[in-house]
Amino acid sequence: MTERRSPLEAVHRQAGASFTDFAGWQMPVRYSSDLAEHHAVRTSSGLFDLSHMAEIVFVGPEAAAALDYALAGKLSAIEIGQAKYSLLLDEQGGIIDDLVVYRTGEDRYMVVANAGNREPAAKALIERAQGFDVFVSDESDDIALIAIQGPDALSVLLETPGFGVEGPGNDDEDFDRSATELKYYRAFPATFETKPVLVARTGYTGEDGFELYVAPDLAPTLWQALVETGGSRVTLCGLASRDTLRLEAGMPLYGHELGLDTFPVQAGLGRVVALAKEGDFVGRAAIERGPEADAPVLVGLASEGRRAPRADYEIYDGPGDDAGRVGVVTSGALSPTLGHPIAMAYVSPAVQAVGTPLYVDVRGTRIEASVVALPFYKRA
Amino acid sequence: MTDRNELFYTPEHEWVRVDGDTVVVGITDYAADKLGDVVYVDLPKVGAAVTAGTVVGEIESTKSVGELFAPVDGEVVEANQAVVDAPELVNSDPFGEGWLVKVKVGELPKLLTAAEYRALVGE
Repeated sequence: MTERRSPLEAVHRQAGASFTDFAGWQMPVRYSSDLAEHHAVRTSSGLFDLSHMAEIVFVGPEAAAALDYALAGKLSAIEIGQAKYSLLLDEQGGIIDDLVVYRTGEDRYMVVANAGNREPAAKALIERAQGFDVFVSDESDDIALIAIQGPDALSVLLETPGFGVEGPGNDDEDFDRSATELKYYRAFPATFETKPVLVARTGYTGEDGFELYVAPDLAPTLWQALVETGGSRVTLCGLASRDTLRLEAGMPLYGHELGLDTFPVQAGLGRVVALAKEGDFVGRAAIERGPEADAPVLVGLASEGRRAPRADYEIYDGPGDDAGRVGVVTSGALSPTLGHPIAMAYVSPAVQAVGTPLYVDVRGTRIEASVVALPFYKRA
Repeated sequence: MTDRNELFYTPEHEWVRVDGDTVVVGITDYAADKLGDVVYVDLPKVGAAVTAGTVVGEIESTKSVGELFAPVDGEVVEANQAVVDAPELVNSDPFGEGWLVKVKVGELPKLLTAAEYRALVGE
């Protein structure tokens, strides 16, 4: 596989990042300390390079209809400037990918897929758009993505020079008003250094924040501008802190909580599937049949001490050798914000009630954990 | 200040300082950096007999779990309670305050020199 590199790679190296391979990309895993980066996002703001994410664009009079058929959600129902979390299902109701869809025009959408699923997602979307009057293209190589997340994200964005909006009037003020008034899961087209940037109030950390979609050659300038403006309010953040942030926020990760063997309802994502929408969509028949009654369901677990349940650790209904195996952990960490271990896990529906005591086999030791409601962390 | 050139090393990224019939064991800065922020350390009990190459403890970071291997045969004579209480010492001072265990040994096995270890990790 060709190793893919972010347009921000030189900037990251300059900043002293450690890199990791992620879905064939060399991406920053951390710059300084995972914990410091995590806390920065909760208390001030953090800057992430997400240029590895895949962007697949739908343009044409039947873009909305094509997406209604291709995805589980009703994308025709969202307004221009709105974003929606959705799922790409297979015929069996399994999840090929989870993605965020932006309606960027009357007949124009941008689908953002996980880096690791770029090929299968793009392939499925292109195939499913056949027969609709729409042009689908994988624009991933032409779009970089920078996220600024945390309580200071808005103020840093507003203070950063160079932003504007198209059209007459005072660009700066128009931009500031648009960004300030932008609601969660909305986006607006703006400019940075007179070049286009899509400013979206979305993210994957549980905090307020923005995701900025730009041309790759503009990404380093935008990144530096945010860093210089933000000063001590902006911390460079890698994928390691992103993982603990999204876990605290109870957000599923493809390959951990979601996969081809998972029905949306098992992951608590039943509401994402628009069964009431008109017409067929890929996976509808399987979803209507539903999973087996005893199919495992996703829950949150919280425990005491410092030893965290990790992905693939087994869960039992008792502390002893006679206990039954009732599930498996999909993601877990010592929560930096809460100070105790947290985990997401698939368990038998019989033990999913909040408060149920369960036992996680942490490398040979059974650690008691309680089923808790998700998310673990919610911003005030 | 520890002179790292006077320490011995293992391919599992432990360092070993010989002090009479006792050795002090820790993990290298290379290993600590790879692990990320250490949040939990589990050490063997004082009095435990350990065998070189076997797992005797755990070093857990926000991201992953690392195993502590005994670099020598012997008996644990001290475990560093300070790192159990403050696991971040492994990151902040891996060759000093972040030491892990002291082991009383008979014969010292063949260990890596500082130069051999540097070559191993490509530094």
